[in-house]
Parts: sequence; C-alpha cells; structure tokens
Amino acid sequence: MSALVVSNLDKSFGGLRVTRAVSLRVEPGERRLIIGPNGAGKTTLFNLIAGEMRADRGSIALFGQELTRTASRRRAHMGLSRTYQIITLFPGDTLLHNVMLSLLALTGLRWNPFLRLGRQRDLMAKAEAALARVNLAHLAARPLADTSYGERRRVEIAMALAQNPRLLLLDEPFAGLSVEERRDVQKLLAAIPRDVTIVMIEHDMDVALDFAERISVMHFGEVIVEGSRAEVVADPRVKEIYLGE
Amino acid sequence: MSLWLLLAINSVTLGGLLFLLSAGFSLIFGLMRIPNLTHGSLFMLGAYFGASFVLWFHLDFWLAALLSALLVAAFGAAIEFLLLRRLAGSTLAQVLVTLGISFMVADFCLMVWTGDPISVATPAGLRGTAPFLGLVFPIYRLAVILIAAIIAALLWFLIDNTRLGAMIRAGVDDPQMARVVGIRVSRLFTLVFALGAGLAGFAGMIGSPILSVYPGLDADMLPLALVVVILGGTGSLLGSLLGSFIIGFLYNFGQALVPELAYFVLFLPMVLVLTLRPQGLFGRHAP
Amino acid sequence: MSENGSRAVNGRAKAVALMLAAGVLAALPFWVSGVFYVNISSQILIYAVFALGLNVLVGYAGLVSLGHAGILGLAAYAAAIALAAGFGHAEAILFALAATLAGTAVFAALALRATGIGFIMITLALGQILWGLAYRWISLTSGDNGINVAARPAPFGFDLSDPNAFYYATLVVFALALAAAAVFIHSPFGASLKGTRDQPRRMNALGYHVWLIRFYACLFSGLLTGVAGILFVYYNQFISPQTLALTSSAEVLLMVISGGSGTLLGPIAGAALVVIVKNLASAYIERWNMLLGAIFVAIVVFMPEGLVPGSVRLARWALKALRPPAAGGPSQKAEAP
Repeated sequence: MSALVVSNLDKSFGGLRVTRAVSLRVEPGERRLIIGPNGAGKTTLFNLIAGEMRADRGSIALFGQELTRTASRRRAHMGLSRTYQIITLFPGDTLLHNVMLSLLALTGLRWNPFLRLGRQRDLMAKAEAALARVNLAHLAARPLADTSYGERRRVEIAMALAQNPRLLLLDEPFAGLSVEERRDVQKLLAAIPRDVTIVMIEHDMDVALDFAERISVMHFGEVIVEGSRAEVVADPRVKEIYLGE
Repeated sequence: MSLWLLLAINSVTLGGLLFLLSAGFSLIFGLMRIPNLTHGSLFMLGAYFGASFVLWFHLDFWLAALLSALLVAAFGAAIEFLLLRRLAGSTLAQVLVTLGISFMVADFCLMVWTGDPISVATPAGLRGTAPFLGLVFPIYRLAVILIAAIIAALLWFLIDNTRLGAMIRAGVDDPQMARVVGIRVSRLFTLVFALGAGLAGFAGMIGSPILSVYPGLDADMLPLALVVVILGGTGSLLGSLLGSFIIGFLYNFGQALVPELAYFVLFLPMVLVLTLRPQGLFGRHAP
Repeated sequence: MSENGSRAVNGRAKAVALMLAAGVLAALPFWVSGVFYVNISSQILIYAVFALGLNVLVGYAGLVSLGHAGILGLAAYAAAIALAAGFGHAEAILFALAATLAGTAVFAALALRATGIGFIMITLALGQILWGLAYRWISLTSGDNGINVAARPAPFGFDLSDPNAFYYATLVVFALALAAAAVFIHSPFGASLKGTRDQPRRMNALGYHVWLIRFYACLFSGLLTGVAGILFVYYNQFISPQTLALTSSAEVLLMVISGGSGTLLGPIAGAALVVIVKNLASAYIERWNMLLGAIFVAIVVFMPEGLVPGSVRLARWALKALRPPAAGGPSQKAEAP
C-alpha cells in the first residue's frame, strides 16, 4: 500500500487552472521532492493534500484511506503533518508551549477546561523530548519571539514530528536559512526514521537534491517529469523549464 | 388600500433618507474596511447644527443644510487625519476609536443642546400636502425622495465618471494595488471619510423635519445604516440604494403589521446576509 | 536568581497580593463611608463579572462582540419574567441560566459564521434584535415600562435586601466567577482557545476543531454574562430595554478594552473605572460620557494593551530606570522581556 496516492487532482481559481490532473504515488518511507518554478502550483498541491483547499476533481488517499472529503482538521489525526513556507507559530509563547500545543492537538485533553495545563508533566516531558530532537531543549523556556529564524524553523519541524506523522509535508523548509542553519536542518531531516514518509517542496537545489530519492517536477500545475535524481537531472524537459524561460 | 399606499410612500421617503445616511457609510466601509460607528453621531450632529442655524441664526433651511454638511465633513476629516490614520493597519483599533468618539459626540450634543427634542420646521414652499393618485401626501416627504435621487445621481457621476471616483473604486477593489499604482491612498481615505461624514450630516438636517432631533437619534440611526450597507453590500452605491428602500419598507410595514417583532424583522435580513452571503447583494467583498 | 527561583517569588507575591485584595474586599462595608459606596462596590463586582464574561471572547478568543448587553438582558429578563410568573428564586435563577445558554448557543451559531469585523457586526445586529424584542414584545416584556422584581432572595436566612448582605453575596459570586475564569484560562482548553486566537489556520492544521472551540468559549462567556445578568436584575430589582441598548454593549466593551483584554484583572479594573466614572465622577464632572469616550480613545491610541498591562509596563520601566546599571552577567539570562 502506498503512503500517498494522488489521482487526477484538479483545482481552478476562477478561470485559472492551478492544478491540472496531478497524479502522484509516494511509497512508505520515501523521500520525495517536488520542485518547479514559481507559480508551478506546488504549495497549492500541498494545500489540497492537507485539506485547506478542496479539489474540484480527483482523489487523495493516505495509506489507503480516502482523504478527499475529510475535513482538514481531521487529517492531522490520520497521520498527516505539515510545515509552511511562512512560519506561523505562536510568538507570545515559549518554545515549550508551542510544542505542547502540537502534542495537545491529538489528545482528548485539549477539551478539558478544568485541569491546569502547567501541571501536565507527561505532556511537558514529551514536548521537551521533541525539542531535544531538534537540539532546542536548552531554549524551552524562551519565548518564540526571542529566537532566531533558523531556530523557529526547527521548532516548526519539532512540532510536526511531535505528532508522530506517517506523512510529513515540508513546504520550503530551507527558505531563508543561513548555510549553517541549512546544514542543521539537513542533519535533522536525515535523522528522521523511515516510518515517516516525507514529501518536500524546495527551491534550494543542492540541499534538496541531496535529500531526495525521487523527484517530481511541476510546471504550470502539471507534473512534467518524475523519476530518480539522476533521471530528472538528465531530462532535457527539466533543463528547458528552468533555463528556457 | 390607501393606508398601504401611504405606508408605501413613507417607506420610500425613509428609504431616501436612509440612502443619504448609508451612502457615506458604505463608501467608508468599502474603502477603509471599517464600519464607522460614529456615523449615527455624525447624522445627529448635522441635524443639531442645521437646526441651530435655522433656529438661532435664522438661516434658510437649505443653506443651513449645506453649512452643517460642510461642518460635519470637516469634523470627519479631522477624525480621520488625527486619529484613524495613526492606527492604520489595525481595523479593530480604528473601529474602537469610532466607538469612543460616538460617546463623546453624543455627550457633546447633550451638553450643548440639552435633552429636549428639537423640531425643525419644514422648509417654506414644501409645506402642506399635495394630491397624488387620489390621495394627499406631505410635499416634503416627496421632496426628500427627490433629493435622495439627486444625490444618488451626483454620487453616481462622481464614482463612475471622475478620476476621484476611479481612485475610490480602485481603492475599494484592492487597496494595496491602488497604492502601487500611485494612488495616494491615505489622502483618499481622509477625503472619503469627510465625504461620508458630510453626507451623514446633510442627511441629518434633511431628515430633521420628519424625525426631529433628540438625544439617542444617533443610536437609532447607526444600526439602520449598518443593516442597509450589509444588505446592499459594502462599497456599492446601487447596493445602498436598493438596501435603503428594502429597509425603509421593512421598517414601516414591520411596525404596522407585526409591531411586536418589528426589530426582529428589521435585523433578520442582516443576520441572514452575514451568514449566507456576506458580501451582500452587490458588494465587492465580504466584511 | 534562577528562572525557577524568580517564578517562585512571583507566585508568592501574587498569592500575597490576592490575599490582601480578598481581605480588603471582605472588609469593605466597614471601611467605606456609607451605603452608597457599598452599592457602588456591588455594581463594580457585577460589571466585573460581565466584563470577565465578555473578555473570554475578546481577550482569549480574539472575537469582539458588540451585542453582549443582549445576553445580559436575556438573563435578566428571563429571571424577572419567571419571578413575576410566581416561581421561586432558585427556579427563576436556573431558568435564567438555561435560557441564557440556549440563547447564547443560537447567538454563537450565527455569529461564528464570521470572524473579525464580520463578527462584530453580526453580534451588533443580534444585540439589536434582542433589544428590539425587549422593547416591542410588550405582551412578554412590558416594553419600555420594564419589569419589576419584587424582592431579593434570602438564602440561608440572609436577607439580601440589606445592602451589606447583597454586597457579600455578590462578592462570593464574583470570587467564584473569577476562579472559574482563572481555571478556564490555565486549562488545556484555554490554551486551545488562545491558540485559535493567535493562529487559527495553524491550529486547524494541527488538528484542532477551531469552530467548536470558539463555540464552547461563547457558551462559557454567555454563562458568566448570564450570572452577571441575574445579579444585575436582583441588584436593581428592575429590568428595562435600555439595559440591552447598543450603548450598554459598547460600555462593557469599553471596560474590557480599557482595562486590558489580555489579562484576567484588566476587565475588573476596567469595570471599576467605568462604574466609578459614571457614578462618582458624575458628581463633579457633568459630562462623564464624554470623559469615558475620551479615556477610551486615549487608551486605544496610546495604551492599546489596556490599563493593567500598560501600567505594569510603565511600572517596570520606571523601576528599571531607577535601578543602578547592572554589571552584566547571570542576572541578564533570567530576564525574560
């Protein structure tokens, strides 16, 4: 059973067809990269998979489960986590609190109006562990607003991983990072075990190509080329898309 | 039968008055994205100013209406320039400021004009009644309809055929883009706020022979402007026009037919529109 | 001092302040000069509960309501009508709470179709509808004449028609309401709610049911507001449509915003401010509404976080300015901005 099967996904905004009959099959444990020039529809595809937008046609299945009609908020409970191009975390709260929110989301505890959140030792320990995973445990009590951009990126990844996703969608995780920060994130991603399937959108070629096993190249809402690293790099159509504009 | 016809004419009159009130509200809301909670107070202020010009300075009714419109417009410009502009970027703060100012204006009016209602005499020449369709109607009420139509036509011309109107339309559609194209959006805001305020003040004076002027007039009129604009759609003149007449009818017929549920009947359309079709009948964008 | 150390000191300081405040409030009838001031204090406490209720939405859900006076009025009218129909106090109170919850549920279901400015406008309209019903549904509410409440209850033998006794009863209810709000805010649900205020899209992606969270918050807000409404109708022994007018909703919003919507104490301070200006300043200043409006505008423009956080900020700044410059080192690490 494939981790993610997207079939003939179609989405239009008014007259503009942003996603054209996109089909994708990602196997469990795979590291898939989606690349393409700006406006190719990569983030829209993520939004469709995550459920923030509803497709006009086509289907999405996660480990065999039909997702297309499922509300976006339920998809996290089914094992789907994502990060965003623009970081939208909780700047007034500590790193620990940010991660706790992520952990809390999948528990029944989130509806409880009586207990004291600050006394949930279990949850806090798990959150600290999640921060440790991205080497940020020492900053657990720091407000997010007082951290660097690179640290926030790592917090976001920590939050996504804390939910034990089966499928992780990363939208340009390297954007805006310094060379050193990029290496940190790279190491982080490489250390993620194979029970998490990862699909990544990226622009930074070097880092992304290192990471990816299979690559899907998108252009004007369609998947133009798909294959292994070597295949895609050699494909003349890819060169044309990036150079012949 | 004649009762219904009378009700209908009164509804059209009320609709005309509401249009004068809400056209400005709609422009402000459409362009600046804020429901101007001072609008009722501006209506009342215009009525008080105008009444004072007529009663204390013995000015001609129409001159008084014009002067009070200008005064209120200037006041509106000051509000926008001194306060709202400082809070650009936070529509919530701007809305709250308009709320605070409405308190101040209401109290100011109470201080200057005390609590007794002021009735303004119908302007000379429009007094009395005229025969129409076999019935007699107060001439002034018919005149109000005409005035509303004239103002509507003038606004139409402004919005559709002048450069200012084009800028307003651009600003309503896409303020960021308008800035990029070189439109001085902040100056436009001041101008439109002043225009809206002036219209409200003018409407207050025009309405005074019918509604008279009293403390609480602002709280009575603001929700009506809100309903009209939500129903008709923000930033749309046609919407304000249609919405005004629909509300005029709902108000009068509601009071007559179902007095106990009159306000329910009046505000229900607003709730329905906000929940089912937030951009209203002709609006460009949802609030 | 270590992070944990300073937090412990903070906690202890808060506990001491709380006990002092409780003591002062409990002894109030003895140190204020006369029944008038006891009644003012009761009013402050009632409006404080009202403001706490509104702040659940404004401060913690990020939803500004301009129709909350309608909910207060709903509770007050429900109680008054039940009492006038011959029911006992306990039944009337229960009925009022139930009616308020039901009304709030409808209110919320409609208002939550929008957020931001749209929410403000729907709640304004809904408040107007409730006001209009109170004003026009004369067979039920006696319209402008209002409804009188014959007598205050006498629980456990304490006759609440005595101003001191009523004050204490109100103080107890206020304390319970404050405790409930505090527990709510510090709970996992409170954290979920605050999350939806700050980043609704992210919360949705994380797996939270944003609409339902807001809906429950509305219910809790309605419950507190209903409690205030019941206290209100017993205090005045009268309810009229004026209580549900737009100006009333604006006033309680003023209380929340001026005190500071992001805190528990802010709305209480705001309630005190408004009630004091209304009742006491009006003896010296005739134009208290103008003063209120001016204070409100000033706060929105210059101290948008409200008086309580603003004053704390000013106090901290003043303390820092007065303290001799530090040599740098471990103390800086513990300093959280």
